[in-house]
Amino acid sequence: MVARGLTKRFGELTAVDAIDFDVHTGEVFGFLGPNGAGKTSTMRMIGAVSPLTGGTLQVLDRDPATDGAEIRARLGVVPQENTVDEELSVTDNLYIYGRYFGMPRAQVRRRIPELLEFAQLTDRADDKVTVLSGGMKRRLVIARALINTPSMVLLDEPTTGLDPQARHLVWDRLHELTRQGVTLLLTTHYMDEAEQLCDRLVVMSDATIVAEGSPRELIATYAGREVLEVRFPPGHRYAGWTGLDGIGSRREVLADRVIIYGDDAEQLTSAVTHSGVEVASMLVRRASLEDVFLRLTGRRLIE
Amino acid sequence: MLTGQLIAAVTTRGSGASRVIERDLLVTRNNLMVFVSGFVEPVFYLFAIDVGLGRLVGDVTGPDGGPVSYAAFAAPALLAASAMNGAVYESTFGIFFKMRWGKLYDAMLATPLTPTDVALGEIGWSQLRGLAYACAFMTVMVVMGLVASPWAVLAIPAAILMGFAFGAVGMAVATFMRSWVDLDMVNLALLPLFLFSATFYPLDVYPRSLQMLTQLSPLYHGVALIRSLTLGTIGPGLLLHVAFLAAMAVVGGIVASRRLHEQLLP
Repeated sequence: MVARGLTKRFGELTAVDAIDFDVHTGEVFGFLGPNGAGKTSTMRMIGAVSPLTGGTLQVLDRDPATDGAEIRARLGVVPQENTVDEELSVTDNLYIYGRYFGMPRAQVRRRIPELLEFAQLTDRADDKVTVLSGGMKRRLVIARALINTPSMVLLDEPTTGLDPQARHLVWDRLHELTRQGVTLLLTTHYMDEAEQLCDRLVVMSDATIVAEGSPRELIATYAGREVLEVRFPPGHRYAGWTGLDGIGSRREVLADRVIIYGDDAEQLTSAVTHSGVEVASMLVRRASLEDVFLRLTGRRLIE
Repeated sequence: MLTGQLIAAVTTRGSGASRVIERDLLVTRNNLMVFVSGFVEPVFYLFAIDVGLGRLVGDVTGPDGGPVSYAAFAAPALLAASAMNGAVYESTFGIFFKMRWGKLYDAMLATPLTPTDVALGEIGWSQLRGLAYACAFMTVMVVMGLVASPWAVLAIPAAILMGFAFGAVGMAVATFMRSWVDLDMVNLALLPLFLFSATFYPLDVYPRSLQMLTQLSPLYHGVALIRSLTLGTIGPGLLLHVAFLAAMAVVGGIVASRRLHEQLLP
């Protein structure tokens, strides 16, 4: 998939501003960014359900403007909201979705047990979808997206709103898909999700791409190796913000703490101790994608 | 040009629309009572009129000036009103629910189905259901001896034409709706149409000015058309009613298809 100068405007608002990216067959590619960064608009253009305002886009070697139906026939789509058919059972949801793709009845019926198994919903096959939990609905939507054996699956915030166990179950299912060689495109505003799943990702902010690479490359380039988080006692924050100048390679001042970047955490810790600034706590950790995001956009991803 | 697109779509993509119909059939199979109630309601009205009200009223003046029994006069109006109500509820409440609440169409459009498939499928389903209701109601009318002419057979396509007219306008209106409160306006519009479109009494009970106002009511044209067919008072004037309803279907269809496209694929 190739996008060049991809742009989407809704009236005055520019949702996606001339972005370029490539996605290779078989990889897991992520769009990381806060709500409103343009991730969903990008996904909808790739899914051939939203016309481009500008630029060019090739999906599965076709142009969504002219071959929309052909592209959609080979895609699986997991939208941000669970668009399950509330008036039908779990099995009928899968069945009718296969029919929307024009699959013969017998073929759809053969495929349903595999997908129920994949989604771990076999014992809920005849339930109405209205009684399913959020995690089960999500797994049903993912299974539904696979009914047509797609070459590429688009997942818009696959685990938003799920509890930790349900998220891990979804991740596990997605890992299973990548083992089968399916190309995955996903959007997320969770760092751990991006680190867990993505081979490569772009960081989006305010309708543009601000960085691109593997999670490891991005961390090495934008965050460094180690991080020291310093918190201050009440009333001493201002002193903390100003007194730590010059320590480490870079500092990020947040409302409740200061984050110091460097290569050697021990050295950072001792520098803070010797600065004379009154400190409530210090925490050493490995640099993460969240630090990358903070550096690139100047704000935290999940406030 | 849009009509051309519509025709091309019907012929080449009929299979897409048929999948949307298949979905509605699947849902109906699970909710048979809702389906049956749509038929039972006008039949109950008809019994009430034949057994109760009709005895009190006796004969009224038919479209040709001659006397007809009140039940034979009111029955075609009930058929017309039920065609209107069925099409309007399906296209307003039904479409609104599926589009904004259930996000059903978003799911359909992520597949190779197009907005035209969805629109044709939903209209097609609504019409199939309308056809079943119209045939059942006509059967009841025949059994009760309320049909005076073989022309009555044409009342069934007339009811279908009404379904297209009211369904298309309803769908266009539904695309402008923002909340359930807006949908109350639909009920507010339907009730006076149902009561005052020369449904339960002849048009000539009104003074001249009100008669002209009534002739602007789309239900009036449906009632007048179907009543003339079941009572066998055929004349070229009926074509005027047909033209009125056909114009509604075309204008409503064009607006609905344009609006749906904008809303479903922003």
